[in-house]
Order: sequence, then structure tokens, then C-alpha cells
Amino acid sequence: MLPRAAWSLVLRKGGGGRRGMHSSEGTTRGGGKMSPYTNCYAQRYYPMPEEPFCTELNAEEQALKEKEKGSWTQLTHAEKVALYRLQFNETFAEMNRRSNEWKTVMGCVFFFIGFAALVIWWQRVYVFPPKPITLTDERKAQQLQRMLDMKVNPVQGLASRWDYEKKQWKK
Amino acid sequence: MAPEVLPKPRMRGLLARRLRNHMAVAFVLSLGVAALYKKAYADFYRNYDVMKDFEEMRKAGIFQSVK
Repeated sequence: MLPRAAWSLVLRKGGGGRRGMHSSEGTTRGGGKMSPYTNCYAQRYYPMPEEPFCTELNAEEQALKEKEKGSWTQLTHAEKVALYRLQFNETFAEMNRRSNEWKTVMGCVFFFIGFAALVIWWQRVYVFPPKPITLTDERKAQQLQRMLDMKVNPVQGLASRWDYEKKQWKK
Repeated sequence: MAPEVLPKPRMRGLLARRLRNHMAVAFVLSLGVAALYKKAYADFYRNYDVMKDFEEMRKAGIFQSVK
């Protein structure tokens, strides 16, 4: 029924149709009913669906559709709006409305980062083996002294920052 | 319709133009950075005495072949 590309897009985006379902239950429609088995409404990435939003039209809506086949200059503004609402479920303004979803997302992100931090803390206390001897301060000082003796990176790096006459870091 | 017609904007070759301009700027900047780099090395090696350096390292005791 729907093109395969559109279905895969909908499933990947994860609910353009589902979000559209929520909004349509909230607002009242002119009188037409939605086509069954279709939960994929027009979205920014799916602008021209095959099925119009309302397919079961009552008598006056069918008369409107007949009038649409003539010259569009004969249509009043209210009729044009009604025709749009028959074809699409949301206007561009409604489709592009902001939401507060980002707050939920950021909150969950921080929550799980905090949880992971607690887990890692517990691991530090109960799981990790003791640190190797080479990471004690005395050993690190000996390693740094050896690097300065070897004059590693004497042009722009470590040894270039050390003053060998005064035995201190250059200011 | 607008009373005055705007000139038609550039429609093609936008990426090519952007890349060309950025390549030129990057080339010039890289020449500058290379000049600084070469100056640092030139200053280091101008008055560099390798034997004195070697003696200092030998006295510090890092070599295994000479003590």
C-alpha cells in the first residue's frame, strides 16, 4: 500500500505516524474520518503521501471536492482551509511546533551518566587492583628526571622548558 | 510580484569556489606556520654544541655503552 521507502523512513525515524496519531486525537476534525491502517501522515521528510488524510467524506465534503475540480478562484478562504484539512493532518506551523522533549532527553542523559559514575566509584573501591609502583610520586619524579637528563624534545618540547643551569623550569 | 527584480544568485560551483578559497588561505597560513617552526629549529641549532650535550648526558648516567 505505502511505498517501501516511505515505510523504512517511518520506522527509522521512529514514529512520525505515532506522533501524528497523538495530535489527531487531541484536535477535532471537520467531519471526515481517517483512512484505516495508515498511521503515516505527511511529515517534513515525507511531504506528499499517497493517501489524503481523510478518505471517508460526508456529503458536503464530497461536494467540496467536486467544486475543487473547477477553478480554484471560485473557492472561498474557508473552503480552501477545509480542503487542506482534508488532505493533510497538520499545517506547517503545527508540524514545526516546538516541544519540551529536549528537557526529558537531557535529564535522562545526566541521570544515566550519574548512575554510571556511581557504578565506577563502587568498582574503584571493591574491584580494581592496587596501582602499580611506577605511579607513586617518587617514581614519577625519577622518571621525569631521567627524561630531562636525556633531553627529550629539546627544541620545542619538555627539555626546552627546563633551565639546566638553574635546575628549574623556565619562567 | 516585486517591483524591482533582484539579480539571480550564483547557483552552481559553490563548493568548488569555497574549496578554492579555503585552499588558498590554508596554503598561506601553512607557509607562516612553517616559517615559525623553521625559526625555532634554526635558533636551537645555531649555537648547539653536540659534544657538550653528550658529556652532560653521559655524566647524568643514562647511557649503557659509556659511563
